[in-house]
Amino acid sequence: MNIEGVKISEILERYPAKPEYLIFLLQDIQKQYGFISSETMEQICDRTGVPLTQAYSVATFYQSFRLEPKGEHEIKVCLGTACHLKGGPRIVNELERRLGVKAGETTSDMKFTFDTVNCLGACAIAPVIVIDEEYHPNMTAQKLEKQIKTLGQDMTEVSEVLGHA
Amino acid sequence: MPKENVAIKSENWRLNSHKDLNDLQKDIIESRDPNRLEVVVCHGTGCIANGSPKVSSAIRESLLGAGINVKLMPGIKTTGCHGFCSRGPLVIVRPHGFFYQRVTPKDAEEIVKKTLMEKQPVERLLYKNPKTGKTILTEKEIPFYSLQERIVLHNIGKVDPTDIKDSIASGGYQALAKALCSMSPEQVVKEVEKSGLRGRGGAGFPTGRKWRSALKAIEKKGYPAYVVVNGDEGDPGAFMDRTIMEGDPHAVLEGLIIGAYAIGAKQGYLYVRAEYPLAIKHLEIAMEQAREYGLLGENILNTGFSFDARINRGAGAFVCGESTALFTSIEGKAGNPRPKYVRSVEEGLWGKPTVLNNVETWANIPLVIEKGADWYSKIGVPKSTGTKVFSLVGKVNNVGLVEVPMGIPLVKIIEDIGGGVIGGENFKAVQTGGPSGGCIPYSLKDTPVDFDSLTKVGSMMGSGGMIVMDKHDCVVDIGRYFLRFLEEESCGKCIPCRLGLIRMRKILDGFSSGTGTKQDIDDLISLSQALQDGALCALGSSAPNPILTTLKYFNNEYLSHIENHKCPAGVCKELITYSINADKCTGCRSCARQCPKQCISGDKKKPHVINTENCIRCGICMETCKFEAVIVS
Repeated sequence: MNIEGVKISEILERYPAKPEYLIFLLQDIQKQYGFISSETMEQICDRTGVPLTQAYSVATFYQSFRLEPKGEHEIKVCLGTACHLKGGPRIVNELERRLGVKAGETTSDMKFTFDTVNCLGACAIAPVIVIDEEYHPNMTAQKLEKQIKTLGQDMTEVSEVLGHA
Repeated sequence: MPKENVAIKSENWRLNSHKDLNDLQKDIIESRDPNRLEVVVCHGTGCIANGSPKVSSAIRESLLGAGINVKLMPGIKTTGCHGFCSRGPLVIVRPHGFFYQRVTPKDAEEIVKKTLMEKQPVERLLYKNPKTGKTILTEKEIPFYSLQERIVLHNIGKVDPTDIKDSIASGGYQALAKALCSMSPEQVVKEVEKSGLRGRGGAGFPTGRKWRSALKAIEKKGYPAYVVVNGDEGDPGAFMDRTIMEGDPHAVLEGLIIGAYAIGAKQGYLYVRAEYPLAIKHLEIAMEQAREYGLLGENILNTGFSFDARINRGAGAFVCGESTALFTSIEGKAGNPRPKYVRSVEEGLWGKPTVLNNVETWANIPLVIEKGADWYSKIGVPKSTGTKVFSLVGKVNNVGLVEVPMGIPLVKIIEDIGGGVIGGENFKAVQTGGPSGGCIPYSLKDTPVDFDSLTKVGSMMGSGGMIVMDKHDCVVDIGRYFLRFLEEESCGKCIPCRLGLIRMRKILDGFSSGTGTKQDIDDLISLSQALQDGALCALGSSAPNPILTTLKYFNNEYLSHIENHKCPAGVCKELITYSINADKCTGCRSCARQCPKQCISGDKKKPHVINTENCIRCGICMETCKFEAVIVS
């Protein structure tokens, strides 16, 4: 087994081998690897005794599970009611336009994964976005550009590369 | 030193009686110098996002650099959310109680020098009442706090949520000890019944009655039975439960253990949204500490009662806030609700009798038990007793978390506590109850905020989100927002919800693009009825509320979209145009630089013009302009 395989077995053994621990395992695996590959899914099913089809039905039912690898940076835009009223949709449009991907997708160079979330409960600082687990309050189109630049990535370059200038 | 004694005791000393708990509480309090300087830094999610961790480390560094004698060194305490989120990061210096707002790391040195060493307040960081212009020194005097009645939130902002001793010192687990050591389970249930406490999660079902039904179901079916915390706070714009779990996790746990004792459950579950990592972390720490102290696990307080609990993290599904969906999720499956021919209290988790209560409800239980039902039921109004925590958000000056007695007029929360709408005008509407609630117009501003009055005006209490809207917010747009939200979150099991929501949203899409007709309004109403009657769970049956209330109270605004193809609030993209007011435009070029379509032109320092043909109405120019020169019509 490779190193990755060893780690997976470690995670699998964190919980008793029962179907009720399926979601726990999916969460832990995703935390470790960023997504759930078809191989790990099979291993999870072997461990918990859940049929593969049912495991996929669970993984696709819940929004937080990802079956594709995610980009280097993860951008989440809050679309709770307060963020909606204070300009969240504008941030979404701006990101879609600049990155050339829709919410839920990853740029083809695997730099950015961009998604929306329902509500982060940080309404006082709406609209809020989270880049790699760090909250950015009172977001505007201008600030957004700066934030992406500080990630060492000029957004205009990204869009040029992708042909979405 | 006495402080060390406490530490040693806690390591080897399981609490074995109510007296043990009292002794420990006394020891902790006595070991503390009440006059010791202490800097309290808010570490709620809002303040953290605004940089409070940097503030606390800057204060720590300044303190170390100031050469203060170690014995006199002020403490730094990080606590849960203080509630006044729009003024964060917040810092309070005890024992004086100086309340500093919008503190940055740069202010640390001055706080250390002036307040901690010279005992003087830093004037410029104090809160200034915008109405009177008066500077206010302490938290208690700020209207945002002084008009509230904080009983559920009493510990939040005072105790360190990661330290059980802090919690015990302020009376934590006293109610549990009282229940276990001097009350029978029957007495506990009776007390909760008598208190009139109703579930804080939305529908307002009497908690005592729910517990009683569980007991009856257990009588029929026998054990096991379960107690569950619903911490899947999914309503957008609501963060009461998050704050309670983050800021006072022991209160939730204590309530849960008391509930378990009352119905004889041995196992409990805390179902918490995955979007709340800090809440999960604090609950995990709290449970571990409670186990160490003999307050959770085998033979609690040596009374023979054993109970343990575990945390289930949600995985991002709004419908899992619904009881039966939540249970299937805990069982490791996709969170589909089931029809409730048999109530979940009788056939809940694993098909067994289960008491599921919301976070805030559980946090109320210790208060009811410790201070008694008589005390509790005097707060609020007869059919809605106690207090309710609201998250006050949207276009209001003081955004944050407020706790008020039930029955308080809506306008008092918005105007007096919330400081009114930004810009000083009247609010247009207040949305309560999240996607299941409704919009209450300004004309109903005196509506008492309690379960029954809110339902009467077509809205509902919900879990406590209170979203203030002003004249720039469009009711058609907000209706579309909630429908789209529910459409995505619908589990798809029943047809009225799965297809009805899409149809309703498409009708609203028509209004906002100017293709709607009056017939559409009738269709909306009949679709709403179909959902109310036919949907399987509350997600679908309450979904029409935002639409029905806005149709009722803001009918003209709908008609304006349909007949005049105009969006009075200036929100619906296809019905608006952006232009520049030449008198206000300074020609700074900010908007032209930001415009994604490069359709703003003009010479430097001369008024600019928007080419409306290319304009995609993204609104970035309006957001960018510092001179309010961009207008929407």
